[in-house]
Amino acid sequence: MSASEKTSPAPVLVTARDVHKAYGDHEVLKGIDMDVRVGETVVILGPSGSGKSTFLRCINHLEAMQKGSILVGEEQVGYVWRNGTLYRATPSQIARQRRGIGMVFQQFNLYPHMTVLQNIVEAPVGVYGEKRGEAEAYAHMLLRRVGLSEKANAYPRQLSGGQQQRVAIARALAIRPRLMLFDEPTSALDPELVGEVLATMRDLAQSGLTMIVVTHEISFAREAADRVIFMDGGRIVEEGPPGQVLVNPSHPRTRAFLNRVI
Amino acid sequence: MAAINPSGSAMVADPSAGRDVALAVSPANHLRRGLTAIVLLLALHMAWLIVANEAFQWHVVFNWLFDPSVMQGLMVTLGLTVVAMVLGTVIGLVLAICRLSGSRIASGFAGLYIWFFRGTPMLVQLIFWYNLATLFPEISITIPFGPTLIGWDTNMLITPLTAAIVGLALNEAAYMAEIIRAGLISVDPGQSEAAQAFGMTRQRALRRIIIPQAMRSIIPPTGNQLISMIKGTSLVSVIAMNDLLYSVQAIYNRTFEIIPLLMVAVVWYLFVTSILNVGQSYIEAYYARGDRRGEVRPATVPDAEPA
Ligand SMILES: Nc1ncnc2c1ncn2[C@@H]1O[C@H](COP(=O)(O)OP(=O)(O)O)[C@@H](O)[C@H]1O
Ligand SMILES: [Mg+2]
Repeated sequence: MSASEKTSPAPVLVTARDVHKAYGDHEVLKGIDMDVRVGETVVILGPSGSGKSTFLRCINHLEAMQKGSILVGEEQVGYVWRNGTLYRATPSQIARQRRGIGMVFQQFNLYPHMTVLQNIVEAPVGVYGEKRGEAEAYAHMLLRRVGLSEKANAYPRQLSGGQQQRVAIARALAIRPRLMLFDEPTSALDPELVGEVLATMRDLAQSGLTMIVVTHEISFAREAADRVIFMDGGRIVEEGPPGQVLVNPSHPRTRAFLNRVI
Repeated sequence: MAAINPSGSAMVADPSAGRDVALAVSPANHLRRGLTAIVLLLALHMAWLIVANEAFQWHVVFNWLFDPSVMQGLMVTLGLTVVAMVLGTVIGLVLAICRLSGSRIASGFAGLYIWFFRGTPMLVQLIFWYNLATLFPEISITIPFGPTLIGWDTNMLITPLTAAIVGLALNEAAYMAEIIRAGLISVDPGQSEAAQAFGMTRQRALRRIIIPQAMRSIIPPTGNQLISMIKGTSLVSVIAMNDLLYSVQAIYNRTFEIIPLLMVAVVWYLFVTSILNVGQSYIEAYYARGDRRGEVRPATVPDAEPA
């Protein structure tokens, strides 16, 4: 259910305005503006070092930005707006604000000392106080959804890369997020394992989850994205529906990039 | 081998004939066998020299081995080791977290602490704590530069026992801090990133995610420290703490059976450290879980099917 198919547009979930981020003198984000609507799948493309990961990590405040604002719903992760003043949030407030945002990493980052099931229920039970029985039932449901029901008691290292990444997706879904962030989820995988992860992600996109996906997989952008954003040098260079940005890009740098990756 | 040739007809020049690795045997290693025999012989001879040597007076050793004062000393040694090690590890953990924290004051303080306690001899530290009363006759909790809330006479607080515990624990903390710090930074930074993204506070991430993984590299050097500590507690005999070494010394000062009584202490120290070694391997196996590759063993060579 892409946003463009609807008669009245879905409400906006993510609002980024003039996001700036620098490491020392090195300006990585030079004013990013972005709106993502509920149910939309946005794919961010761009050359390595263009600031894609940094922008994703600013959304859930894994990185602090220096200027601008990002709102996810009414929440601004890392900050609390009270009586016309913006306060920096305390660590426990930040932890609570992250509840609605699931994240999937390039290197999976599963907890290697825990089984698949323990990985999935760790945050719901330990952080958000769900009952263990309910969280485990939901975890088994998610494992079925990513096609790994029989792996609940395996340790991550006993799984292939593609299976690990699908567990990582289930782990992120377990906190019942309204926004999912994917940072190059297939870049660490052997080529023959990329497909199974992309298929899982396509299912999620079709189910109406709001997703922001950084990837180099043009095929995924073409088939699953509602909108493609091309970043270069810390700026958004071009954005639009995949049929336009991928097929008939207007900016020469987009064209150069697409020529290289396809 | 003709039997497993799918065509059934024995080929004349099958290069793999008889080369099934399942049939391989180890070559006889005469050098290795000879060396093993020589080493065993030497070891037996050494053991015989010790057992048969009258000077060790084994009957005296056995007389004293389970003497109540020796057992008492052993208990003191074990108790001191456990208390000092636990305190040292807890303080060491706090120091390690301080060192790794972004706060320059906290990491500076931890650095200074480690520098001081690792840089001065244990023996000097123990005597120093034991004589604390000459430096600070009274220990009190006060508001800095303000009034005293509660105070104690140092001579009352500092007994051989408290001096031994404080001395051993604070010294141990400096070493444990470095061991724990090395363990914490050995964990992939992606782990604390994932923990953060899933709403964990720093304390919870440490407790649930980082420390369990750091244990892999913390346990072996900690076992080492524990064994050093058991032997290190013998230093407290200089401040009249009645540990294992002190109790055998007290006996041989009366009976002059110096060597056999030292052997009593040696036997007990070896016994305790051996038990610790066994315990350590179990703990290591526990923290290695999830590190084993699949439970599935590589398939054994299937039997050749009859053609
Ligand atoms: N922690 C950091 N410290 C300093 N520079 C960084 C850090 N993280 C990223 N950068 C720099 O920021 C730029 C953008 O990085 P990143 O967002 O990872 O790009 P992308 O994900 O698009 O490849 C790169 O030049 C990178 O070197
Ligand atoms: Mg990146």
